[in-house]
Amino acid sequence: MSESIPPPRNLWGAVPIASALALWEIVARFELVPGDAFLPPFTAVVREIYALAVTGVLAQNFLPSLRRVLIGLVAGAVVGIFVGTAMGWKRQVGSALGPLISLIYPIPALGWLPLLMIWIGIDELLPITIVFICSFFPICYTTAAGIKNVDRRYVRAARSLGSSEPRILATVVLPLALPAIFTGLRLEAGMAWRVIIAAEMVAIPTGIGALLMRSESLVRVDTIIACLMVLSVMCFLFERAILLLERKTTAGWR
Amino acid sequence: MGKVELREIRNFVCQGTNLEILPGELLVLLGPNGAGKTTLLNVIAGLISYRGHVLFDGEKVDGVPARDRKVGYVFQDLVLFPHLSAGRNIAYGLQTAGWARDEQDKRVDELLDLFKIAHLRSRYPATLSGGEKQRVALARALAPRPRLLLLDEPFNSLDLQTTGFLRTELKQHQREFAMTTLFVTHDLNEAELLADRIAVMLDGRIEQIGKPNDILFCPRGEKILEFIGTPNILECDSVRHVTNGLLEARCNGLNLLVAHNGEAFDRISILPRDVVVLSHKPNNSVNVFTGRLREIIACAGTSRVIVETAGCRLVAELPKEHAQTGLGRDSEVFVELALTKLRPSYTERL
Repeated sequence: MSESIPPPRNLWGAVPIASALALWEIVARFELVPGDAFLPPFTAVVREIYALAVTGVLAQNFLPSLRRVLIGLVAGAVVGIFVGTAMGWKRQVGSALGPLISLIYPIPALGWLPLLMIWIGIDELLPITIVFICSFFPICYTTAAGIKNVDRRYVRAARSLGSSEPRILATVVLPLALPAIFTGLRLEAGMAWRVIIAAEMVAIPTGIGALLMRSESLVRVDTIIACLMVLSVMCFLFERAILLLERKTTAGWR
Repeated sequence: MGKVELREIRNFVCQGTNLEILPGELLVLLGPNGAGKTTLLNVIAGLISYRGHVLFDGEKVDGVPARDRKVGYVFQDLVLFPHLSAGRNIAYGLQTAGWARDEQDKRVDELLDLFKIAHLRSRYPATLSGGEKQRVALARALAPRPRLLLLDEPFNSLDLQTTGFLRTELKQHQREFAMTTLFVTHDLNEAELLADRIAVMLDGRIEQIGKPNDILFCPRGEKILEFIGTPNILECDSVRHVTNGLLEARCNGLNLLVAHNGEAFDRISILPRDVVVLSHKPNNSVNVFTGRLREIIACAGTSRVIVETAGCRLVAELPKEHAQTGLGRDSEVFVELALTKLRPSYTERL
């Protein structure tokens, strides 16, 4: 008697993606798109991605975007975690900075663009600053909340075991706040890509966003979709990488 | 391990609390929920603010922060660090005290062996059973060799069997190392089983302190009587030798078999919770009497009943579930007074 082996769980997630791509291919091949809209088939977009890669156009535009996201996100995360930790750990710092951050936080990251164009000018620092602003506030918030929500009984236990306050923060509070901090990082990793593309489309002549704008003026729908696909994959990979880091860091006890 | 004194401790719960814990003794702090027992432990550990004085070996430690008081504390919910393995939990206090790495490892091994949990060294708290967690928490508190051990209802969440086992183990280690220990509980049985002395705490004050028998059979004041329950005291008219170590005493019209320890007695006491009331005759016929149930008074978690036997009225404490046994007022019942629960004493000592 043979037993059927169930497919791996990840395969179930791939089924709708494969179906959507197949549907896209059919609709484009048989020109079933309503109106005058032009939709290149999926295979044509894949060919375009390949062409962009071998000609070096993709790397030329992708690498500056990647660099900006990495620098902006890391800087925003480091400062955000530092300020958030201070706010969550020391009530006085939380009370002092809380209202200020609450006022600035709701301003959309792209809302800063006109002001930053005047202050910084249109150069490499502009998109990095936008990503920094986009990352800093949410990471600062989730870190402060994570630190505040650490059960104070653990702090008392550490104190009774002779630990100093900085040591309690480093060995008990921060490790226990890691899940909250990682949640903030994961959400902002994807957001950083969305923001950088928008910033590059509006103000910066290099990067994936700029390539998107050039493609639009040349009516290269296949290139536009290729860029969007690269963006989608990068958001996914960044979120996954941070999830992996979180699992490695908190392995065993969660 | 030295002496600990509390003088006129006052804060939001404590109302001028005085207490002395003798070197090497296990003092049980007994009281109902909300009496201030945990607050008092936190005062001793330096975890909350207070007025008054805490003295370790005659030296005031009021200005000394918690981290420098060298007190081992097992919290009510144990509070093991979830992100550290059992071994690293135990080593935590050693790291903060600046022990060298090899010394830390040696001490952790020693404690893991002592509590028979060496196999749990790399396991995280989330994967441990209640009893295992309890042992790790105790090992963690003892690791830096504290001068005082504080235990806050540590067996609360465990089953009866594990609790019994751990209690014996704790008592054994406490005696072996002559650790000065303050153990908090609201359970009279637990207090009686563990304590060298019991301090009864009610409404933020220590109401009585003494040996377990003094507290159980000579409770002082209405409040303690209400909390512990008044013992049944039977006056003995005559005592007859039956066999080696066994006497028959005639007390309040009841012929009781009593284990004899050689001391003279003219009274026998038995706590209400040790008076067994049954609707049917038990197989054991020693110290079993027929009687009639005269009164049923509902208390929190239990029922108190008054049983009238041939010669006297006995107060018994029954679990709430007794209602299901069909016992009602004026029903005929059998009363069993277990040999081991009878406490003979001499009038002057009571």
